[in-house]
Amino acid sequence: MSEDILNRVKKVTVEELGVKEDEVVPTASFTEDLGADSLDVVELVMAFEDEFSIDIPDDEVGEIKTVGDAVTYISKKAA
Amino acid sequence: MAHPPSGRVVVTGLGAVTPLGLSVEDTWQGIVAGRSGIDRITQIDPSPYTTQIAGEVKDFDATQWMDRKEARRVDRVIAFAVASAAQALKDSGLVFDEELRDETGVYIGSGVGGLWTMQEQTHNLYEKGANKVSPFYIPYMIPNMPGGMVSILNDLRGPNVAPVTACSTGANAIGDAYHVIKRGDATVMVAGGSEAAVNDLGIAGFCAARAMSQRNDEPQRASRPFDLARDGFVMGEGSGCLVLEDRDFALARGARIYGEVVGYGMSADATHITNPHPEGRGAAAAMRMALRNAGLTAEQVGYVNAHGTSTSVGDVHEVKALKAVMGEYATRVPVSSTKSMTGHTLGAAGAIEAIFCLLAMRDGVLPPTINVDDQDPECDIDCVPNVARKADLSVALSNSFGFGGHNVTLIMTK
Repeated sequence: MSEDILNRVKKVTVEELGVKEDEVVPTASFTEDLGADSLDVVELVMAFEDEFSIDIPDDEVGEIKTVGDAVTYISKKAA
Repeated sequence: MAHPPSGRVVVTGLGAVTPLGLSVEDTWQGIVAGRSGIDRITQIDPSPYTTQIAGEVKDFDATQWMDRKEARRVDRVIAFAVASAAQALKDSGLVFDEELRDETGVYIGSGVGGLWTMQEQTHNLYEKGANKVSPFYIPYMIPNMPGGMVSILNDLRGPNVAPVTACSTGANAIGDAYHVIKRGDATVMVAGGSEAAVNDLGIAGFCAARAMSQRNDEPQRASRPFDLARDGFVMGEGSGCLVLEDRDFALARGARIYGEVVGYGMSADATHITNPHPEGRGAAAAMRMALRNAGLTAEQVGYVNAHGTSTSVGDVHEVKALKAVMGEYATRVPVSSTKSMTGHTLGAAGAIEAIFCLLAMRDGVLPPTINVDDQDPECDIDCVPNVARKADLSVALSNSFGFGGHNVTLIMTK
């Protein structure tokens, strides 16, 4: 798992969801553990798109449930 | 209804965020001192616009009033409302149980709603693309969300409506909330208005309507109601909220009472989208209705907080309406425009000015109209020029008139 991508995912998540950085661990679920509602998830995905200059199609958003999922998805896209 | 209605409605809490301060007392000190809250606009680069001044709320920190996530992203108009409502609720000393939460409603309106959100997301749509519009665009732009958010953050579950009547919004919110309590549909109401339209869209729009002062080199002297050299209104921003409460309920809990809402009049000019009726017909009708349902005569009114926006026609029409309603007494009753100091806070104005009426009665002080150097002979009223004045006061009347021809008058007693 790329440290750089993980750190950037953490930074974006802390900013978007107003959570503490030490809560943003790879196993943390955005909705179950970090308090995101459905609108938060859309906003968060858009922030990832901006941060990493990628496009995340709606039908792939379902793959991103945890912080670790986000890092894996982004690593694949950015590769 | 666990608390049977008395049919009378008192005010037990006040909250405000204005160009003169981040609280009711700071704002009121500014008003009594005759201080202007107007300055060159800082939130945007105002240089492209013919008007470059406004009454901005300074040093506002939304994180004082909500968690960091909400504070970072809610529209400024929502944050202002949350702040003023929280102040008013705290000031009321109310302690909520489950039953009272069900019996407490929120009527908070806004003239234009989340204009910052609209501006940013319109930019995103055109500059970044269709899929770059925030999911929070709609919820933060719609003008009922200030009241929605106040109910959510304070768990208040009674009637919740956002009046939208341009510059009469705040007054309609208070008057309508008064009726909700009076008829027994709620025991407590948080009522008021909020506005945050000092951005590119807001300034460009009102500049295009040729409604605002262009006295850019003298910001503090630009809002000058009833003065011959007035050249338009100056936009302000902020929020005012009142806690209204059934009188018996307030008395039973030993609440501190600022005053009672006793009259609420409404009318439409039915004339033009932005120009008032030339003889002030609608304004007079609203004042007459409020006096009638308050059971008061014009001569019993000790102070009028005028709509008085500092536009060339509006101020004259309001004076004509006052004369139509009050006759010769219109030239003797003190009538001031606090917009000379706050600027015109649009949908928040009616609520902020109702607060000034209540504090004028509490302290026995009439707020001045500042910048009256050469009073317009067509506005031959006692406008309390430039300096606040002591007066024993028990009945205050507040006017609010909005684009669309909406006229609202509130009457409050000590």
